[in-house]
Amino acid sequence: MRLIVENLACRRSGRRIFAGLGFALGAGEALMVTGRNGAGKSSLLAMLAGRLKPDAGAIRIEEVGDATLAECLHVVGHRDGLKSALTAEENLLFARDLLGAPAACPRDALEAMGLVHALRLPVGYLSAGQRRRVALARLLVCHRPLWLLDEPTAALDTASQGALAGLMARHRAEGGLVIAATHMPIGLDDVRELRIGLPSPAEDAVQAEDWT
Amino acid sequence: MIRVFAALVRRDVRLASRVGGSGALSLVFFLMIVALVPFALGPDLNLLSRIGPSILWLSAVLATLIGLDRIFQADEEDGSLDLMTASPAPLELVVLAKVLAHWLTTGLPLALASPLFGLLVALSPTAMGATALTLLIGTPALTFIGAVGAALTASIRRGGLILAIVVLPLMIPTLIFGVSAAESALGGTVPFATPLTILGALSLIAAVVGTLASAAALRWSE
Repeated sequence: MRLIVENLACRRSGRRIFAGLGFALGAGEALMVTGRNGAGKSSLLAMLAGRLKPDAGAIRIEEVGDATLAECLHVVGHRDGLKSALTAEENLLFARDLLGAPAACPRDALEAMGLVHALRLPVGYLSAGQRRRVALARLLVCHRPLWLLDEPTAALDTASQGALAGLMARHRAEGGLVIAATHMPIGLDDVRELRIGLPSPAEDAVQAEDWT
Repeated sequence: MIRVFAALVRRDVRLASRVGGSGALSLVFFLMIVALVPFALGPDLNLLSRIGPSILWLSAVLATLIGLDRIFQADEEDGSLDLMTASPAPLELVVLAKVLAHWLTTGLPLALASPLFGLLVALSPTAMGATALTLLIGTPALTFIGAVGAALTASIRRGGLILAIVVLPLMIPTLIFGVSAAESALGGTVPFATPLTILGALSLIAAVVGTLASAAALRWSE
């Protein structure tokens, strides 16, 4: 699959966050999105995930047949999408049924994240790092070409960071794409970096006037 | 599609039955209101049995509001909604499954338990049966109307009160026809079937409009 983003602009609550953002990502490539806090890293991922409407610009995918972008991606973000009252296995089985294209079974996925003992534990009993690992195990229960990761290594210990790096490398070797918003290196080799900076003040002023 | 639908219903029913779920709560709340009325009105059995269907319906409307605000808000807060957006199934189907699961855990038990609660307001067996039947047909309308409010307030913290204010006026038609159907079973000039079919129509309309409107409200929550 190939992802093309052109001239993307983001506006939240009337304020221009970024504008003129563009990149293209082909099979096996990875993109690291960096920038200061509040630069719009998570907003960019939300737009790609279809949860936020772009203010301008276009997001296109190619070489995937008639699937939409939302059907091609996995999101793991700060809000992990796990239900505390359900066990790790129930959470993963639900994700697998919901997202379709089943791959590994929950036990194998958790094993890859070194968390197989939590299979039948309610997620509410797990620590922040363990929850994150269950959320990352979701990447493995269904096959989807694009991974959107928001600060994937937050709360992870060193061993799990290594496991995640291994998963991402394998995913890319199979032709998958990875987009990660992060502040620190997360073990991606041969990665491109997209730095979101401040929008130019002049443009921002014009836009602000437009809006009022 | 069927798989996604079944997975969603199964998950929400399971969540409602676990600790912190709203499954039993609305039923207990229903019982509370019905039990409070005789205390407020006094032990006049004739009066109670005359207004009994109205009391049950009013309690059902209020009990439906319990837990309604969490249908979508809980999923919005923990990111499950992002997961559902990424599903190949359309958001309308997701909404339909979630609302159906909510009705299965609140509206259905309420309708099934209403004959029992009818005892508290001295209903005759006919009235109990009629009220239960109208609740069974009418509560889906309440849930679907409420779902639109729940979707609109999904990203608002403490949106429960706004939700109640938004959806209660919209529930008035359902309440009117629910009560009049239950009362027409006890006599009167209108045959039982007339208000009952209108109630059924209201539920069907609410199911269509509610599903589409909730999905539209969720799609671009900002």
